[in-house]
Amino acid sequence: MMTIKKRVAVIGAGITLFRRRLKETGKELSYHASKMALDSAEMNLSEIESVVMGTAPDAFDGIHMKSENLLDGAGGTGRPYMRPFVGGGTGVFSPIAGWWHVASGLFDTCLVVAEEKMSPVQPHPQTAFRTIWDPFTTRPLHPNLVWIFALEMNRYMTVHNIPKEHIAEVAVKNKGNALDHPSAQLAAKITVEDVMNSETMVWPVQRLDISPPSDGAAALILASEEVAKKYTDSPVWIDGVGWSLDSSYWTNRDLYFPQYVAEAAKMAYKMAKIDDPPKEVSFAEPYDPFTYKELHHMEGLLLAKKGEAPKLTAEGVTQRDGKLPICPSGGLLGVGNPIAAAGLMKCCEAFWQLRNEAGKRQVDGAETGVCQAWGDLMQVGTVTVFRR
Amino acid sequence: MSEKMKEVPGIYLRDAELKAEDAITFKWRPNAKYAWSGGIAYSRYLAELKNGRIIGRACRECGRILVPPRMFCDTCFRATDEWVYVKDTGTINTYSVSYLDADANRIKEPILVAVIDLDGASEGIGILHYVDPKVDPKDLHIGMKLKAVWKPEKERIGSVTDIAYFEPLKEG
Ligand SMILES: [Zn+2]
Repeated sequence: MMTIKKRVAVIGAGITLFRRRLKETGKELSYHASKMALDSAEMNLSEIESVVMGTAPDAFDGIHMKSENLLDGAGGTGRPYMRPFVGGGTGVFSPIAGWWHVASGLFDTCLVVAEEKMSPVQPHPQTAFRTIWDPFTTRPLHPNLVWIFALEMNRYMTVHNIPKEHIAEVAVKNKGNALDHPSAQLAAKITVEDVMNSETMVWPVQRLDISPPSDGAAALILASEEVAKKYTDSPVWIDGVGWSLDSSYWTNRDLYFPQYVAEAAKMAYKMAKIDDPPKEVSFAEPYDPFTYKELHHMEGLLLAKKGEAPKLTAEGVTQRDGKLPICPSGGLLGVGNPIAAAGLMKCCEAFWQLRNEAGKRQVDGAETGVCQAWGDLMQVGTVTVFRR
Repeated sequence: MSEKMKEVPGIYLRDAELKAEDAITFKWRPNAKYAWSGGIAYSRYLAELKNGRIIGRACRECGRILVPPRMFCDTCFRATDEWVYVKDTGTINTYSVSYLDADANRIKEPILVAVIDLDGASEGIGILHYVDPKVDPKDLHIGMKLKAVWKPEKERIGSVTDIAYFEPLKEG
C-alpha cells in the first residue's frame, strides 16, 4: 500500500532555552531555533522548499490562528506551509508531517519548527485547558487536566502493583540528565525521597512528578537522500514513522496501557524493519510530562513488557550508561515542557546523539533512537525512528 | 543541543521583570457564550438524568452497551440499535484525590474523583464523577462498589451534575 519515493534525512537541528517565561515572542523564538538549525546544516532559507510548523493549543499564546502568526519566524513566508496538530503529540507529529513532504517526492527539503509560549495565559496555563472538555459529560464537573493523568497513573500503578518509589526514580534520572543540557529549565540533583516528600497535587501525582509549563522552540531540517548528501557526510535517517489515536471517550478505555502508542510504534517499527525493539533500539526519548508517563510509554513502545518499565528503571537499566538509556536529554521533566517544542526537542536529541554531538549527554554506541509524544485526551501516540 | 553550539538563544524573563518592564496585558471579557444543541444521543441522556436514570445505547453487532450514549458505534461504524437503561451503581475503575481546582489553585479539602464502571453497561464502560467528599481518601480503592446520590428532583436540570456524587454502596 505504501510507496516511499525518497529516503528522508535530518541534516540540521536547533533549539532555544526552555524557561517558565522567555522575553522573546513566539516568532522570535521560532526564528532562533530555525536559524540555528539552518546554520548547523550550513544552509540558507532560500534552500528550504517547504515548512511545517508545530504548535499546541492557540489558547496558550492567546492568539487564534497561531501558526499564521508564527509564519515569518518559521521561515514560512511565501512557501508551502502547514500546521499539523495532535495536541501534546504535535512535537513528534511535526517531523512526521515533514517526513511525508519529502518522502512523497513533493519536496527535497523541509524545515520543521515547533514553538510554544505557555507563559502569556494568566494566572496559569491550566486555565487554557478548561475548554478542552466535552461540554455535556465532563465540563460541568469542572475537571482539572491533572485529574485525568492522576486517574491514569493510579490505574497503571494498581493493575501492576507498582511502588511509587520506582516511579519517582524517573524524576531523579531525568532532572539529573538535564544537568548536561544547556537549554534545561529544571535540571537538578534530587533524590527519591525529595519526590516522595513533594507536595501532593492530585494524588498520586506529586509536585516533582510533573514537568513545568515552559516557553521555547526547536527546529529540524529534513532533506531527501540526494540533497542531504550535498550538505553532510553524516545524515541521520528517519527510517520509521507511526501515529495512532484512540477514542475520546477515555472513561470507556482501560488506561493501564496506551494501546494507541503501541499501534503507532508497530507502524514505525515495521517501516524501520525493527523486529525486536528492546534489542535493536539503542536509546529512546518517550514523552515524559509526568514521571509515570515515561514508564507507561516505554511499555507502549514495546521496549518493556507491561508493568516492567518501573523495575527496569529501579535497576538502572534506563540510565544514560545503562543497557537501554531512556530520555538521555533530561526529557520534559528536566529540560522543560513547552508542549510542541518539547516533543521536537526529543527529535533534536536523537539527531545529536546519532551524530555523536551530544557531548556530556552522549550515549555510547547510539545507532537507533526512538522518539515519541502523546496528548489530546490521553489518546494519541506519535513515534519516529531515527538511525545513523 | 549539539556540543558544536556554544550559545543557546533565549532570555529568561522573571515575573517581576515582566511586570516592571514590558508586559502587555489585554484584559477582555468576551461576550461569547456558547449554546450547544445537545444532539440526538446526549439530549436523551441529559433528559433521563433529570428523571433520575442513566441511559445508554446498545450496538447489536459488537454487543456493547455504551454510556454516555452514541447514535453510532465507532467500532462497527453503523447506527446503534436501541436505548438501554443501566444501573446507577458501579465499581471504581480508578480514582484520584485532587488538591487543585479547575484553574490549578490549591485547595484544602480535596475533591475525590473516580472513573466508575456502571453496572449494566459493557465491561470497562465508565463515567467520570465525584465521590462523596465525606469519604476518607484512604478508604477508597479500585474495585470498590459505589451508588449514585441524586439531587432532589426539583433541583435537577438535565446535567451530569444531577447526580451529586457517588457514595460507597452499603452491603446488603
Ligand atoms: Zn458496535
